[in-house]
Amino acid sequence: MPQVTLTVNGKQHTVTVEARTLLVELLREKLSLTGTHVGCDTSQCGACVVHVDGVSAKSCTMLALQADGTAVTTIEGLAAADGTLHPMQEMFREHHALQCGFCTPGMVMSAIDLVNSHPQGMTEREIREGLEGNLCRCTGYHNIVKAIAAAQPLMHAK
Amino acid sequence: MGFEGIGASVRRKEDVRFLSGRGNYTDDINRPGQLYAVMRRADRPHATIDGIDTAAASKAPGVVAIFTGADMAKEEIGGLPCGWQIHNKDGSPMAEPPHPVLAVGKVRHVGDPVAVVIAETKQQARDAAELIAIAYTDLPSVSSTTDALAPGAPEVHDGVAGNLCYDWHIGDKAVVDAAFAGAAHVVKLDLVNNRLVPNAMEPRAAIGDYDTSSGDYTLYTTSQNPHVIRLLMGAFVLHIPENKLRVVAPDVGGGFGSKIYHYAEEAIVTWASAKVRRPVKWTADRTESFMSDAHGRDHVSTAEMAVDKDGKFLGLRIVTLANMGAYLSTFAPCVPTYLYATLLAGVYTTPVIYCNVKAVFTNTVPVDAYRGAGRPEATFLLERLVDCIAHDTGLDRVEIRRKNFIPADAFPYQTPVALAYDSGDYQTTLKVALKNADWDGFEARRTAAKARGKLRGIGISTYLEACGIAPSAVVGSLGARAGLYEVANIRVHPTGSVTVFTGTHSHGQGHETTLAQLVCDQLGVPLSQVDVVHGDTAKIPFGMGTYGSRSLAVGGSAMVKAMDKIIAKGKKIAAHLMEAAVEDIEFADNTFKVAGTDKTKSLTDISLAAYVPHNYPIDEIEPGLDETAFYDPKNFTFPGGCHIAEVEIDPETGVTEVINFTAVDDVGRVVNPMIVEGQIQGGVAQGIGQALLESAIYDKQGQLLSGSMMDYTMPRADNLPNFNVSTENTMCTHNPLGSKGCGEVGAIGSPPAIINAVVDALKDYGVRHLDMPATGPKLWSIIQGGQKMAAE
Repeated sequence: MPQVTLTVNGKQHTVTVEARTLLVELLREKLSLTGTHVGCDTSQCGACVVHVDGVSAKSCTMLALQADGTAVTTIEGLAAADGTLHPMQEMFREHHALQCGFCTPGMVMSAIDLVNSHPQGMTEREIREGLEGNLCRCTGYHNIVKAIAAAQPLMHAK
Repeated sequence: MGFEGIGASVRRKEDVRFLSGRGNYTDDINRPGQLYAVMRRADRPHATIDGIDTAAASKAPGVVAIFTGADMAKEEIGGLPCGWQIHNKDGSPMAEPPHPVLAVGKVRHVGDPVAVVIAETKQQARDAAELIAIAYTDLPSVSSTTDALAPGAPEVHDGVAGNLCYDWHIGDKAVVDAAFAGAAHVVKLDLVNNRLVPNAMEPRAAIGDYDTSSGDYTLYTTSQNPHVIRLLMGAFVLHIPENKLRVVAPDVGGGFGSKIYHYAEEAIVTWASAKVRRPVKWTADRTESFMSDAHGRDHVSTAEMAVDKDGKFLGLRIVTLANMGAYLSTFAPCVPTYLYATLLAGVYTTPVIYCNVKAVFTNTVPVDAYRGAGRPEATFLLERLVDCIAHDTGLDRVEIRRKNFIPADAFPYQTPVALAYDSGDYQTTLKVALKNADWDGFEARRTAAKARGKLRGIGISTYLEACGIAPSAVVGSLGARAGLYEVANIRVHPTGSVTVFTGTHSHGQGHETTLAQLVCDQLGVPLSQVDVVHGDTAKIPFGMGTYGSRSLAVGGSAMVKAMDKIIAKGKKIAAHLMEAAVEDIEFADNTFKVAGTDKTKSLTDISLAAYVPHNYPIDEIEPGLDETAFYDPKNFTFPGGCHIAEVEIDPETGVTEVINFTAVDDVGRVVNPMIVEGQIQGGVAQGIGQALLESAIYDKQGQLLSGSMMDYTMPRADNLPNFNVSTENTMCTHNPLGSKGCGEVGAIGSPPAIINAVVDALKDYGVRHLDMPATGPKLWSIIQGGQKMAAE
């Protein structure tokens, strides 16, 4: 069986996988990083979003082999070593942007990429359109949009 | 500490865990030596099973075992039980056909499980499941609600003639017919309440773990009510006594009703784990969720209101067909009866009401409670009917509501359909909502929209619901086979910190915060020193779980009662320590005080004395400070309010945009306003989803066409507006908190507000009623037809 070498949250791993193993399966089952979730089987819900080389990717729609040689960041890798939350995590907490928490890891990872890729800032409408790839069934998105809007200046100030 | 008690929007205790990827959902749990189960499901709606050939699958790599319905039948495994029995008009019990865990003899819906493969890896189990050869003989099937009762319709169950599960009614038909006889107006409406797929973001999962040394079973499952699962599965399906069966519902990623029920997979993994003597895990793919999670709604109704010349309602007459699906799910029969027909008075003084409900079997996934359950169906029917009355009589739609409201001074109010409302003030929620939505300024906005080429409409819904479902004696008389009380155990530890063990279950509601706030409030313990434990039958005395917006009203009230006991016992200890009479001890702000003196003891002083009873009234009371209460409410609670939607339709595409959504709800006492607003926002989003986007569609051949998230339209961020949510509360009069519940109001009040707004936007196109969802293609066709008519 083939091997994949990749860096996850700053740590290098070499893992033997089946050719058909998905990146999300590698993360959850081989590396026990269960913060990344699987909410659908048609690449619609975005619960599985991680960053691959700094850009958001649906890890259910990517083979583990495609991640060979990349640097992956998951929700577990966002907070500082002392536990200080990333501004996006902190704003989700502050604005009650999560309820059951299941979509949250993917939502936060997507939101960070969204803010990073819009250094000029986004309107509320642009944030809503930018979240097209992530489903949440609990919040109605109102507070997620608020949290992302609040995180923008904090992230751009850094 | 800042203010953390009742009324404080404290940030949630559970959030850091979820935001850091450290949640502990069922699929995140892995047991040593764990195997994986994959279900082989029916790919057709109705067929006899002529043979199941597992030979090739058994030899596939990694396969440990394959089981079929016949294997379970050999061990006298019971069918999945139904928790509610409805009686027909003639007093006979409903038809209750067996629901085998794995299909025996026949399959009855696409997704019906036929066999389970257990293998070393999930991929191996999945590969082997495809190798099972099932010989079927197809049978004709019926999937639509209206077709189920047609003469000659294919029958889903042998022995259930004409697919009729029950024919039930409430009210006196002759009296209602008489009210119609003299009415100035009779307004009639045929309507459909569309079938929905709940789609909690976490797919269902279950792990069975049989301990070969003790003979104990543990089931980890995505459940809203682990004790109910233990009771149903242990007592009726697998015949395992409670002391040998532990059910754990860890972090659960949303439920909305769909995770109340006892599902086949829970029994399969628990049973199979003992057979193979290793843990067995099953996790649904989303496709499986679509074809095996209980669906919601699916009513077809005809409603008629008799109205006098001034617009007063004289009588309401309704016939409803309700789809049960292929089998009776746990609470399915009560949804179109006791959660629906009893709500048909709504907020109005309609003096007489008659409702006949026929529940039918079809070759579709079982239908059961989904957020609101029966109450959204009743509310949609009533609030659409009221708008049709305004349409047909020319009376103003707000005035007609005001005129028929139950007045604020009429409580307690006995409706003609069993419920007795304890409190409410519908004029106030209406008045505030009209102001918040700038109802009076709407026509100018409509004109401005028209100038931009858009069709703008505004719609209103004034509603109530019955939740906090109880009391046990009442639900028992209505057919419930369980009680509906709630349980709390409050454990004050020796150094004064507190653990709450609650029988409710949090799967997004934020109980770890809200319930802890009750302890801050009543015992004066800081939030950081209060933990809430839920979801484990080995830790919690008992519980009925979370659904029907019952956690705070019922579970929170149980906590208040348990804390009352803590305070009462603490007073005895304090009296002893301070050498005073018990009657002279007061408790407030974490402190016991001898009245009229400066002598005090903190709760910590008292708890320490209770656990280190050196100087202690040991002849009168036991050591320890740990109390349990079971709370059985005296009535349902009745939240309600007013929702106003403002929409714009693009005539070029037919797509509706919700521009503004205003909700003013009465949810009783609010513990955490931030969480309550979040619950209402989420409920409204699901209501807008039902009104504009979502629909579970079966074709004539019984295939679920909307069977994935690519085909079933879930609301996304850009489908929804910001919500203008607020509360105007009256207190529940019969529970100690005064709380009513907020989990379902959003999904109950909002769908008719949206459709009333869409109909208003289309008023120049001759539209009186639209069934949900009001999709772009549907509206585009109406608009095009209307323009054509105008041109002709």
